[in-house]
Amino acid sequence: MMRLVLQRLALLVPTLLGLSVLLFLWVRALPGGPATALLGERATPEAVERINELYGFDRPVLEQYVTWLGQLLSGNFGVSTRTRVPVLEEFLTRFPATVELTALALVIAVGLGIPLGYLAARYQGRWLDQTTVAASLLGVTVPVFFLAFLLKFVFAVQLGWFPSAGRQDPAMIATHPTNFYVLDGLLTREWDASWDALAHLVLPALALGSIPLAIITRITRASVIEVQNADYVRTARAKGLRPPRLRRRVVLRNAMLPVSTTIGLQVGLLLSGAVLTETVFAFNGIGSFLANAVFELDYAVLQGFILFVAVVYALANLAVDVSYGLIDPRMRVR
Amino acid sequence: MNAVAPDQPVEGTTTDHPALDAGRPEGGARPPAQPLLSIRDLEVTFRTQHGSTAAVRGASFDVMPGETVAIVGESGSGKSTTAMAVIGLLAQNGKVTGGTIRFDGTDVAALGGAGVARMRGSQIGMVPQDPMSNLNPVMRVGAQIVEALEDNGVARGGAARRRAVALLEEAGLPDAEHRAAQYPHEFSGGMRQRALIAMGLSCRPKLLIADEPTSALDVTVQRTILDRLEALTAELGTAVLLITHDLGLAAERAQRIVVMYRGEVVEQGPATQILTQPQHEYTRRLLAAAPSLASRRIQLAKHSGAGAALVQEDLLALSSDESDVTTDAIIEVKDVSKVFRLRGKGLLSRGTDFTAVDGVSFTIPRGKTVAIVGESGSGKSTVARMMLDLTAPTSGSILFNGVAVGGADRAAEVRFRRQVQPIFQDPYASLDPLYTIYRTIEEPLRAHGYGTASERRARVLELMSDVALTPDLLRRYPAELSGGQRQRVAIARALALNPDLVVCDEAVSALDVIVQSQILHLLADLQHRLGLSYLFISHDLAVVRQIADHVCVMERGRIVEQGSADDVFDHPQQEYTRMLLDAIPGRDLELSLRAG
Repeated sequence: MMRLVLQRLALLVPTLLGLSVLLFLWVRALPGGPATALLGERATPEAVERINELYGFDRPVLEQYVTWLGQLLSGNFGVSTRTRVPVLEEFLTRFPATVELTALALVIAVGLGIPLGYLAARYQGRWLDQTTVAASLLGVTVPVFFLAFLLKFVFAVQLGWFPSAGRQDPAMIATHPTNFYVLDGLLTREWDASWDALAHLVLPALALGSIPLAIITRITRASVIEVQNADYVRTARAKGLRPPRLRRRVVLRNAMLPVSTTIGLQVGLLLSGAVLTETVFAFNGIGSFLANAVFELDYAVLQGFILFVAVVYALANLAVDVSYGLIDPRMRVR
Repeated sequence: MNAVAPDQPVEGTTTDHPALDAGRPEGGARPPAQPLLSIRDLEVTFRTQHGSTAAVRGASFDVMPGETVAIVGESGSGKSTTAMAVIGLLAQNGKVTGGTIRFDGTDVAALGGAGVARMRGSQIGMVPQDPMSNLNPVMRVGAQIVEALEDNGVARGGAARRRAVALLEEAGLPDAEHRAAQYPHEFSGGMRQRALIAMGLSCRPKLLIADEPTSALDVTVQRTILDRLEALTAELGTAVLLITHDLGLAAERAQRIVVMYRGEVVEQGPATQILTQPQHEYTRRLLAAAPSLASRRIQLAKHSGAGAALVQEDLLALSSDESDVTTDAIIEVKDVSKVFRLRGKGLLSRGTDFTAVDGVSFTIPRGKTVAIVGESGSGKSTVARMMLDLTAPTSGSILFNGVAVGGADRAAEVRFRRQVQPIFQDPYASLDPLYTIYRTIEEPLRAHGYGTASERRARVLELMSDVALTPDLLRRYPAELSGGQRQRVAIARALALNPDLVVCDEAVSALDVIVQSQILHLLADLQHRLGLSYLFISHDLAVVRQIADHVCVMERGRIVEQGSADDVFDHPQQEYTRMLLDAIPGRDLELSLRAG
């Protein structure tokens, strides 16, 4: 198992290197340039040149890449041309917000999806199953931003149950040692800050988690139905297993194999979905920041953030593969 | 006929398979006890999209305590359905719609779902058919027995774990202590079946349902496992309901046989009586088709000479008795080997070589049938693939009509592909499900540019009649055909281009015995009429005996013995060949019947 992890981590190096090349070229292929974006349409050529010189955009592309790579290796991710704050610092303030959001979305998707899918399969063809299947179909087809607006309108604007935007009530005075607001509240024993941050997370997380929830429900349902009809389940019943043990250790455990793969794939979907959700809820995570960086052609931010996200995505998938090995002995490397 | 000793106890089942006339307890041995399992007028119905179908209709039979009763029938006869109805494990759309099942004096229907569930494992155990799919893949084998012991209240915790190891040992699993901690994928098929037997008997049930317990295993493994099962159940006094398609196996292992056909019990009685005096037409057909017994029939006819009439009407015998065939070789295999490179385990470790086929030489005379027999892993299918030029030999040569196979000449390759045709095992997987039967048979004609559309049509119709299929099937799809019909289609397709050699890789292994016998007769008839040569690959010696002129026995990549079918079967020179022959179910019966 340890060797699998090390092998996969080693494989991450060439993957990231390749990605960095692609990213670097892609960012420079975008129309316009950071200087124009910064200075506006009517900037003088001299001003543009000065900016380009300042950030090194006038050098040959290969030289720029080597310089950037060298800086990366020494932990310097460059400075945002838009906010003039180092990219790493921007990332460390915003990424915790996105992590909190995606984590809660994932908890909702997994925590509701697996039981719902399991129950739907167990009562296949009855009302619970039919409702679940119909609702999950709706969940997959409704666009995230539409659902986000809908949730915001109903539960924040009309009913006022949840706050409509941001990560925390601006009036709240709280300290943020880690930038994970919910965690910060717990660490500093400012319970109300923690609670408030959680309340701000609910609606965006629901919107973001809707598609993964629907997918996980459907995969779980299909998987449980298949496993229920497997020969080894019949044999387990024939040897006299009691229903609780049969469900937990035979049916559910085997049914989890395809589900765990799906969960890993959802992490990528959540990170990309976060861009839309964060924009709707004015949630200050990497999603909304990245969206702005695209408009402003903020090279350093685009390159740095996307690389970070790639690393997170790869690690999440590695975690899933490891969990797969835990569930299925056939997957373990001997 | 057979003398029955009425004072023989029912538990007289022993491990050394006495021939039947050595005095098995038969119908005459009526134990005073009431039946352990009593089924009366059982009816099971399945709901399908096309309405409901009765899978079991009015089945009635008894199983006495400690007795072994076999239900014999082909697939779809309702034999498994009957057994599953007893333990309430019918598929979701199946339901008992009539009759009674009494177990140990209690009406099973009156117990309700939960009551039947409590009976499973503790009162009635089951050994299922396919060892590959019947163990929980994500759980250690030992733990799977422990959970049965715990849920049936036999033992808990450490005691249960020790008991599980003892049970595995008892089922004949070597190194049980260590094996109990392994997962099913680390077990071979035979080991898994032993684990399933340990599981089925773990709570010492009064009745064990053994549903084709060994049909997925090699014959030699099959025999040792059945021996162990028989010894164990005899020792424990467990009654066995053995479900099998193999009449020979049933006769060898059971005291009484129940024959089922299309959901009905058509005949039942003591094993020898069913074998020697079959009353029902279907039993007679089953008996005639059973490979082990059919070969006996042909052998008897050949040896006694009195059965000349039988030889006359038997196409199989006809083909093997033929003497006016030219004896030049259609294919010559000279010292052929195939080595596969296995991947190493570490990143840097080198791979190891695995020799699948090792210095194999044989010749197929024109118009004759050469069979290669062996167990799984013996390399026989690799030989078949090399004969079809699907895999190149590592060394040695294969000459087809004197020309080396696998040359670079494209035209020669096309010619070779036309003259050598395969028929594979699985009639379900080897036909394209989206092609009509017409298109399936026409495809090779079209691919090799045969004639005009109307000429191809005429040829397809001719082929259909050759393999005894009616033209109304032409517009059907494979899914609408039975297994036997599909294999006929596969044969028609193989014959479309007038091949010289047909490679049959386990071509009849997936078929029920009666269908199997029909296809074997068809192959023999076609050989006789068209002068075909066959390379017949099979694990089933009884089938090989019926069709082959020349037999090669393979073990671990080598041909350990080859010779004429009569020589190999009647005077085997090698220990391994003898072992294979001994393992054919029903062989003892064959000998005893011949003697009698």
